[in-house]
Amino acid sequence: MGFLKIDEIHHTYFTKTSATTALSNISLEVKEGEFVSFLGPSGCGKTTLLSIIAGLLKPTEGKVTLEGQPIEKLDNQIGYMLQQDYLFPWKTIEENILLGLKLNNQLTAEKKSYTYKLLEQMGLGGVEKQYPSQLSGGMRQRVALVRTLATEPKLLMLDEPFSALDYQTKLRLEDLVSDTLKSFGKTAILVTHDIGEAIAMSDRIYLFSPKPGQIYKIIHVPDELRSLPPFQARNHELYSEIFQTIWKEVEQVETEQ
Amino acid sequence: MKQNSKLEFLHNEYIQSLKRESRWVRLYQLIIFVVFFAGWELFSRNEWIDPLIFSAPSKIWNLFIDKIADGSLFLDLGYTVSETVLGFILGTLLGTILAAILWWSPFLSKVLDPYLVVLNSMPKVALGPILIVALGPSMTSIVAMGAIISVIITTIVVYTSFREVDPNYLKVLQTFGATRFQSFREAILPACFPTIISTLKVNVGLSWVGVIVGEFLVSKRGLGYMIIYGFQVFNFTLVLLSLLVIAVFATIMYQLVDLLEKKLIKNGS
Repeated sequence: MGFLKIDEIHHTYFTKTSATTALSNISLEVKEGEFVSFLGPSGCGKTTLLSIIAGLLKPTEGKVTLEGQPIEKLDNQIGYMLQQDYLFPWKTIEENILLGLKLNNQLTAEKKSYTYKLLEQMGLGGVEKQYPSQLSGGMRQRVALVRTLATEPKLLMLDEPFSALDYQTKLRLEDLVSDTLKSFGKTAILVTHDIGEAIAMSDRIYLFSPKPGQIYKIIHVPDELRSLPPFQARNHELYSEIFQTIWKEVEQVETEQ
Repeated sequence: MKQNSKLEFLHNEYIQSLKRESRWVRLYQLIIFVVFFAGWELFSRNEWIDPLIFSAPSKIWNLFIDKIADGSLFLDLGYTVSETVLGFILGTLLGTILAAILWWSPFLSKVLDPYLVVLNSMPKVALGPILIVALGPSMTSIVAMGAIISVIITTIVVYTSFREVDPNYLKVLQTFGATRFQSFREAILPACFPTIISTLKVNVGLSWVGVIVGEFLVSKRGLGYMIIYGFQVFNFTLVLLSLLVIAVFATIMYQLVDLLEKKLIKNGS
């Protein structure tokens, strides 16, 4: 039995003039501790699916369960990281990372010290009293990760979290995030349109095709790559092989349109 | 070492040039001030302008001294300033609360939209006579004038800024399971502080208009009353004195709001 189970999801957006089917017939399962990626061109409903899994959006049809429980009933089991950090500029770093705990009345000394320790682990000790505008883009995204992890979610959603960063920062953060998630045994779903990032970070890749969004292909990343940190995986000989395969699939998807 | 002392020299030079510029700005501001009042006095003494209508700085000054001596200026000033401050705080507060209610219920905001537009385009001072009859010719109706003139525009401006807050901030809060009230307190309101402060600045001016018109109508006391009384007895020295006092105090209030802005929005950006 899967940890996260997505069952026959359909979703249609309605506007005055049209009804657009964003997702059609999506079913998949993720085991605890797995890292999977949703890869695909823009407009294939990846972010919509992520919002549905996070319980932010109710699907037209189908259901999502986490550990056998329907997703709507769960509070705070799912952390969500956005494309940009979206730290609140009027709050200090400390107030930002404790936000989730504060909103759920869980501001205990124990949870607080856990959060500070996370910040320390991300190499950000001593910035607690600063404001987000005083930090660099990479630092801010790390703070956002701490904020997401502070409530100890069971499942982590990463919606293109590295896309707004420069290349070097992105590579470094990939390693950090991958390492952090592995050490906590977190289950994670990454949405990306970067093939390399998907290969380097995940155990399994779901390739989506657009209009309507559906799963086009499932690619299993070989064990040799999975055991390596993202940066080293990028240098492995198997990496470019898989990259080529996926590249062809993506082109196939695009020409079919 | 040599490099350093050269840099220091250039830096000092730069600081000096900044100081020099600000001194020139101040000097010209002073020149305009002096020329304006000296010219006014000169024109009035030589009767190049009608001294009965335009008075003269010296006459206004003498009246000012008299009115301070018998304490009547402070009395009138006290009324007007407290009415303005009250009207201004009430208008801004009510406007912000109304905006919050509209944000809370999108349905209500759709229903009320045309009414807000109508109320906003209507000249609020025209409500003066009704207010005075309804609330009595007292301080209450003058404060109401000061408030009513700014409340609708505050509502519209603040509500618009509430709606323009980046929805991703709300998404972050929703993933933590925040309630609508928590979203408002943690994201919407603090994100809109700069807008609220800038409406405060506009409201300072509006509240002065409301209060002065209110005092015209009630005609009992205050700077507005001094103006209307001076006009009726053709004492334009009195009218100009009140005008100058209003100008000074409106500026002071504006500066206080400016100070508040700097205190509240330290880390914005």
